[in-house]
Amino acid sequence: MTVVDNPPGTTAPGFADPPSRSAAAKKRLTSSWASLAALVIAVLWTIPTFGLFLTSFRPERDVQRTGWWTFFANPDLTLANYGEVLFGGSQPLSGFFVNSVLVTIPSVFIPIILATMAAYGFAWTRFPLRDTLFVAVFALQIVPLQVALLPLLEIFVGTGLNGTFWTVWIAHSIFALPLAIFLLHNSMRDIPAELVEAARVDGAGHVRIFTTIMVPLMKPAIAAFAVFQFLWVWNDLLVALVFAGGTLDVAPLTVRLANLAGNRGSNWYLLAPGAFIAIIVPLVVFLGLQRYFVRGLLAGSVKG
Amino acid sequence: MTLLDKLLQLLVAVAVFAAVMGAVLFVADRARGRRTDLVSGLAFTAPALLLLLVGLLYPAGRTAVQSFFDASSAGFVGLDNYVRIFTQPDLVVVLRNTLLWVVITPILSTAIGLVYAVLVDRTRFESFAKALVFLPMAISFVGAAIIWKFVYEYRPNQQNIQQVGLLNQVLVWLGLEPVNFILVEPWNNLLLIVVMIWIQAGFAMTVLSAAIKAIPSDIVEAARLDGVGSVRMFFSITLPSIRPAVVVVITAISIAVLKVFDIVRTMTGGQFGTSVVANEFYRQTFRLSDLGMGSALAMILFVLVVPIVVYNVRQMRKVDAR
Repeated sequence: MTVVDNPPGTTAPGFADPPSRSAAAKKRLTSSWASLAALVIAVLWTIPTFGLFLTSFRPERDVQRTGWWTFFANPDLTLANYGEVLFGGSQPLSGFFVNSVLVTIPSVFIPIILATMAAYGFAWTRFPLRDTLFVAVFALQIVPLQVALLPLLEIFVGTGLNGTFWTVWIAHSIFALPLAIFLLHNSMRDIPAELVEAARVDGAGHVRIFTTIMVPLMKPAIAAFAVFQFLWVWNDLLVALVFAGGTLDVAPLTVRLANLAGNRGSNWYLLAPGAFIAIIVPLVVFLGLQRYFVRGLLAGSVKG
Repeated sequence: MTLLDKLLQLLVAVAVFAAVMGAVLFVADRARGRRTDLVSGLAFTAPALLLLLVGLLYPAGRTAVQSFFDASSAGFVGLDNYVRIFTQPDLVVVLRNTLLWVVITPILSTAIGLVYAVLVDRTRFESFAKALVFLPMAISFVGAAIIWKFVYEYRPNQQNIQQVGLLNQVLVWLGLEPVNFILVEPWNNLLLIVVMIWIQAGFAMTVLSAAIKAIPSDIVEAARLDGVGSVRMFFSITLPSIRPAVVVVITAISIAVLKVFDIVRTMTGGQFGTSVVANEFYRQTFRLSDLGMGSALAMILFVLVVPIVVYNVRQMRKVDAR
């Protein structure tokens, strides 16, 4: 919506100008309205987060009695809320933060390794029923994970793994596989066949081709999926509630925050910093890896 | 569990996983001769296929069967659970709410995302402006629900008591009575939907902005030379050109909305007439231990999602083909 090429003096609206001039005037008019509309949306989208962010630094008695906007008349900031929510009380948030990290790392790496290998198998080896099996994996993407939760939990209870990190890791890994295999298979098919042929002529087997040619070339696709899966696991509540909700030992941040928020007469001075501790990690990932973030997000938009 | 125990669990997991994968690759590597491809192919795909069979395919089948059984999955009840979902008053409200979510959220998120993408397109502050609207995508549904709960927060209207929620403060500034929004049925559903729109608009904006930038510039220039104004440009050039992307966005958001659970659970716990299918599934299965009803609700979710996913995949192919 640039209006640079218009000469000055065409802004007066309402006159019967020649077509080009009136069009230019109209454009400039809509342009300023457009800027205003964009500004309104941007402000509306930012204020709720900003309000909670400011609240997290206000002293307890201010938070309980007045809104965050009164800060500008009566500025007073403290880090005490963060200290208390992270380390105070019988269930400090720092423990849940550690759980979140411990839940997330294997839940990102295990499915990536499994899916990269499976994608290679489907793309570059030949075995009976290969294409049928691949279509089946592709079709599994439509299964909402709600459909699988209860029977999977029953299996875990049966094996005695319940209440450990293992159940959460395995559940997240399984639910990630259909999408991961599909995405990585797509980009693995794009690798030129000549590269693989050349390596074969040199006597390389599948394992060597996989580790020395495929994995290095697949890095961008793997990174995109890794970022997507990281956010999915870090922000997940449902899988965590079902498989780790019962034990504080394993429960991640989201479970603890959901419980805190559910309490009557919410303690906003603790809830606000708590929420920000949970938000800051994906935010940093977003700002640092924006390119992969967007790619992964688009690719995973139908994940269930 | 102490931190040390937890780290130990992590180390054991890494060791076990590395050992299994190492063994699989070893087997694949040893295969020689005519069966190389068969052995390697199976070795590469078997771990994933096995997990999917045990962890997704079998559970899905079992849920489908359980949906025809009673609460303790002991007695066969036929279609009873499904009949109850469509007749029992509180469950009909759940269906109504889900319908509200699925109709309103995709349309408004897409509309806002699209308008915003057009407005900031090729302006000086484009990337910053886009980041602002996109940021909520990085926040968990739980975090977003907390952020908005704070906006809707209500304090009784008495002397010496000030509002701490922004929305009620705005009402007070306008000289109106504050309202305990979360309790006002059925409008409270819209307040929860706002949270989802707030999150998904960034997604819509990103996809549609990319689509807008892919419109051939000669078409835009030709229209501009013909004196086409901004509004007409939007409706007769921009919108038709990005139609497939719009459809992909709407369907993708619909799928996400059908499974929305975290927002409802964190904001109201499904009380005050705000439950949706995904939340009711959790409540029936894990709170009330009605396995039959929980399974039936999960199947309803499945049946609702399938046509949208199929349509979405088809449209996605069209977009990719361009």
